[in-house]
Amino acid sequence: MTLSLGKDLLGLEPLSGEQIKLILDTAEPFKEISERTIKKVPTLRGATIVNLFFEASTRTRISFEFAEKRLSADTVNVASSGSSVAKGETLVDTARNLEAMRIDMVVIRHGASGAAQFLAERIESNVINAGDGTHEHPTQGLLDLLTLRDHFKRLEGVRVCIVGDVLHSRVARSCIWGLKRVGAEVAVCGPRSLLPSAIEELGGGVTVFRRVEEAIEWADALNVLRLQLERMTAGYIPSLREYNRVFGITRERLERAPRDVLILHPGPMNRGVEIDSDVADGPFSVILDQVTNGVAIRMAVLYMLSGGRPELAEAAKGGKREEGRGKRGGDDD
Amino acid sequence: MTSAVLLRGGRVIDPSQSLNGVADVLIVDGKIEALGERVANDAAGRHGLETIDCAGLVVSPGFVDVHCHLREPGREDVETIATGARAAAAGGFTAVCAMPNTDPVTDNQAAVGFIIRQASLANAARVYPIGAISLGQKGEALAEFGEMVGAGAVAVSDDGKPVASAHLMRTALEYARTFGIPVADHCEEPTLAAAGAMNEGLVSARLGLKGIPSEAEEIMAIRDILLARRTMGHVHLCHMSTRGSVELIRWGKDRGIGVTAEVCPHHLSLTEDAVEGYNTNAKMNPPLRTADDVVALQEAVRDGTIDLIATDHAPHHYDAKEREFADAPNGIIGLETALAVNITWLVATGVIDLPLLVERMSCAPARVFKLPGGTLRRGSPADVTVFDPESSWIVEPSRFKSKGRNTPYSGRTLTGRTRYTLVGGTMVHREPT
Repeated sequence: MTLSLGKDLLGLEPLSGEQIKLILDTAEPFKEISERTIKKVPTLRGATIVNLFFEASTRTRISFEFAEKRLSADTVNVASSGSSVAKGETLVDTARNLEAMRIDMVVIRHGASGAAQFLAERIESNVINAGDGTHEHPTQGLLDLLTLRDHFKRLEGVRVCIVGDVLHSRVARSCIWGLKRVGAEVAVCGPRSLLPSAIEELGGGVTVFRRVEEAIEWADALNVLRLQLERMTAGYIPSLREYNRVFGITRERLERAPRDVLILHPGPMNRGVEIDSDVADGPFSVILDQVTNGVAIRMAVLYMLSGGRPELAEAAKGGKREEGRGKRGGDDD
Repeated sequence: MTSAVLLRGGRVIDPSQSLNGVADVLIVDGKIEALGERVANDAAGRHGLETIDCAGLVVSPGFVDVHCHLREPGREDVETIATGARAAAAGGFTAVCAMPNTDPVTDNQAAVGFIIRQASLANAARVYPIGAISLGQKGEALAEFGEMVGAGAVAVSDDGKPVASAHLMRTALEYARTFGIPVADHCEEPTLAAAGAMNEGLVSARLGLKGIPSEAEEIMAIRDILLARRTMGHVHLCHMSTRGSVELIRWGKDRGIGVTAEVCPHHLSLTEDAVEGYNTNAKMNPPLRTADDVVALQEAVRDGTIDLIATDHAPHHYDAKEREFADAPNGIIGLETALAVNITWLVATGVIDLPLLVERMSCAPARVFKLPGGTLRRGSPADVTVFDPESSWIVEPSRFKSKGRNTPYSGRTLTGRTRYTLVGGTMVHREPT
């Protein structure tokens, strides 16, 4: 059975646990590159990558760009605010134009769920979903998993509760799929108005905690989602203040937990809303580790989609992309 | 000069006369002249007689679609009254009702007259205009029902948009009583359905698409039923899609309230799973629901809780559907697949038999909307459909008479095909064999 990811990375739902673990394993050797003085390897030399961002993004775009540059790819950033409809050119025309320029990969961030798949079905280049609407954000899910594995040294049986606006969160969906696939236990907690109506059935079973105190008592780790201000004006919750009082992750709440609870957050944080500063900056926060791991995960995904063999990732750092052309020298490293 | 057509040896199914058996049908001067076993002998030698061999085929009153969108005036690039009427004929429909959400909106007698005129030039299925409930379909002031009916409108509807105001719906039901026309409502509670792209449930949760809960339809269905009771009016509920709606309609009918209802072939055959992969040709409003809803709707067609099947034929330009799911317009075409979808999912599966299918596609719609047709009674206009209930075919949208190509059945093998469609005794569609 092949563990190849195929042409694209559109989400974690279609992946198996083995494939996900392989990406995490492949990311391990790439972590070290970012610690070097000269943070560059020639792995993707000659490859052309377009970062197509239809939605504003700082962290994800920069993380992808660093991953690409540290692998020596040639990159172009296309940023476009607003929906493609407002922009005039349709996504299908954008896709055709990119294809005509003979690019190798596209990293796409788009406000519409399914936009990455739409693009992937229409071009031959590899497509990496950097977040599509409220659907998935697979590299974020993967970096969450890598960070959890770094800490717990395993993923099977680890109890992770995703707290907050699951309804509108692509991070939550990718995190849920990723955790379920590798055998972790998944729960969600948040105002019922911000949880999808069928959340209990998602991925074959997700626990729902009504109160955040129960979630904290149960969990080994909390993945705290950003609460968008718009949710208040759209009538999903009465106020940010009450949200913080009922669902906010505070030191007082965590101190009552029976064990140390690891704190993750996909960023950017609303300090004092979904998470208090002393938690975000506290001893159990791995929020910045997530950011660091994000670069390694994206390098691993870029490497694997470009045809690189995971078992040669360590060797690939020093040389060229291994494409089955007999270069096996680094196999024993 | 007289013209005569003999439909010979077909299985005549006419629920309006409880007919179901092999017989000949003789059409003279556009009307049903005779029907029976010995008609062929009597007709033999008649001057100018065209005989059509219908052995192995079903001869039925022409199908009537009370709900389609022909896009003219306004979007003639997407469909015209002529192309829509030809698509209807190809699907075995001898009459269709055109919804008023055109541009400009069909909300006055001149606009109604325009549709009648365009239809008369099409030489295909008859087209009956439906007028708007409110001026510009804005949901505020009533349109002039009386003048529109005078010009040929057969019903009123703000279809495509919900009638958000209960007061407007009440007055529409009251006012329509004067003219004896149904008020057809697109049941959708706008605040619940806002920005929704598909059925709310597990699939929408997975795909990250904003869901439309069943209650958005059901709340308006029961509102309309209660207002029909209050006003003694006739409300016709369009494209019902949920089990809950079926139960509410049953409740209303049990109490003798003036409610009738329709369901579309796609809601009788497909579920929300068809959206998988962000398939914009499975996007319509109301959305495809769950398997449980499909079962309830099929059962409602069988027991008569739902009176009739209508297509909600909604052509869109190819480009409009070739985009992100949330941005794609709602609607699919249906005129040329309705018969086959119904046979494939309802008749071949044993939910209903062919006579009941003809009742739901021909007799009931004609009766509910008080239209001519829906019968092969002697002396009635010869609106006749001849179809092969066994013939299998693969749906190839490029072969449609409609300008629309937006169908979720593309590439599927369906059973049941129209062979001949006659409107007023004139052959308006003949399937190449």
